[in-house]
Amino acid sequence: MNLYADMAYLLSAFLFVVGLKQLSSPATARKGNQMAAVAMLIAIVVTLVEANVLTWTWVVTGIIIGSLIGAVAARTVKMTSMPEMVGIFNGFGGGASALVAGAEFFRLQQAGVLPMGEGSTIMLGMFIGAVTFSGSIVAFGKLAGWITGNPVTNKFLQALNAVLFIGVLVAGYYLVMQDPTMAIFLAFIGVALLLGILLVNAIGGADMPVAISLLNSYSGLAASMAGFILGNMILIIAGALVGASGLILTNLMCKAMNRSLANVVFGGFGTEGATAASIGAGDKTARSVDAEGAAMILAYCQSVVIVPGYGLAVAQAQHELKKLCDLLEERGVDIKFAVHPVAGRMPGHMNVLLAEADVPYNQLYDLEEINDQFKDTDVALVVGANDVVNPEARNPDSVIGGMPILDVDYARNVIIMKRSLSPGFAGIDNPLFYMDKTMMFFGSAKGSMQDLVKEVREA
Amino acid sequence: MENMPIMLVGLYVFILATLAGKEVITKVPPTLHTPLMSGANAISGIALIGALIVSAQAEFANEPVVVILGFVSIIFATINVVGGFMVTDRMLEMFKKK
Repeated sequence: MNLYADMAYLLSAFLFVVGLKQLSSPATARKGNQMAAVAMLIAIVVTLVEANVLTWTWVVTGIIIGSLIGAVAARTVKMTSMPEMVGIFNGFGGGASALVAGAEFFRLQQAGVLPMGEGSTIMLGMFIGAVTFSGSIVAFGKLAGWITGNPVTNKFLQALNAVLFIGVLVAGYYLVMQDPTMAIFLAFIGVALLLGILLVNAIGGADMPVAISLLNSYSGLAASMAGFILGNMILIIAGALVGASGLILTNLMCKAMNRSLANVVFGGFGTEGATAASIGAGDKTARSVDAEGAAMILAYCQSVVIVPGYGLAVAQAQHELKKLCDLLEERGVDIKFAVHPVAGRMPGHMNVLLAEADVPYNQLYDLEEINDQFKDTDVALVVGANDVVNPEARNPDSVIGGMPILDVDYARNVIIMKRSLSPGFAGIDNPLFYMDKTMMFFGSAKGSMQDLVKEVREA
Repeated sequence: MENMPIMLVGLYVFILATLAGKEVITKVPPTLHTPLMSGANAISGIALIGALIVSAQAEFANEPVVVILGFVSIIFATINVVGGFMVTDRMLEMFKKK
């Protein structure tokens, strides 16, 4: 590798770092992303120039096919499908790194030289890449609703995972130290893929923000491993940057649920759509309200704080919600949005959803910014959220004890738009539903929101 | 063991880059959680560089398995890179201040 190529890689690394820095501020984010894309382009061009490609057919065909698929997917994906999109892209990155490691294994094998140090690195790279790949596919399936969002786990799963992991170690040892066969190679890959499936399948739907951030981190780590294998610094640097960013998001998400990473990954926490029958509703009664009643309250108040949740995304009611906000603002009502960090299925899910509906981002408030303001708020309107507004979190003995919540119960009135009284993902009852100031507005978020818009217009 | 020095250099670079990433990204507002993730995700498509190098070497190696693995990894990584950057840009385009 000549000096110019190294300098170009260095420039590329520099642009990646600056690009990421700019990605973390709303004003510069778009420029940051474009800067990172330029960094990538520089690295690609330099590599193509330097790599002594003899026949370009495979390389060019591969790049064209990949670009077409990527571009079409990026153009056509609906904003509501963004979580599964990010999930599957993670998988492709991890998969590519695993394949690079695999190709290098066969090349060195065929050349008859596989030093132990390099061999172990290759095994590690294939392992991380394969786990990221299959784990991301499962995450994609869960997010797209193709497979159950419930954690799939049983008491033997931990033991099974441990056995499989030992299996990977043994197969890896044979591949590096003994005479490797195709069968052992395939077994190694197969077991690694299986581990990825089992690990992510055991994580529940509402914990997906953590899972997807973690897989993001792994895809970076896998790229770094490919860099170690090929002795290529730009791969190591870019991969490490992604690894760090994924880890930061993972920590943020865990903190927002007051749970440890181990608890999220191995806890098998929560079930979706738990039956209300198992909940001791007892003598508590919830007050319900219809569209007309809710519209009256909203139309004649001063301030509304809207708390969006996963239900809003499922019903795709964000555009109706925006219409409601516009109508209320015309009447002089002050509108704010309170966004919980783990509302939805990926970090920042609600922000993307609302941005798509043209809600300006300075109307969106974090947990810390908004919680003091609920006591001065006339109406808290909760749309398809549950656990993130459950006052039980203040009870240290509860399963969600200690989780930071949005203090909607401090608002003067609370309107909750929800299909039923059924518990949220955590599977526990929500005392907020039975408070005197709370009104339940039953129905699917989209239909209810349309009715609400109509009634407010006439109010 | 002739590979150890470059491995060691790589380890230095890896650790320093991780620290740099951590410093650079610490304070990210929730609005940008998704774009940051999908932007970072696009960067992890840097595996494309590895895929290109491997594919170029494959032609000398004359081993069909290597050619195929390299080819598929080019496709995967390119999907990740092109799709990742484009979708992030599309998302960021939507984020508006009032």
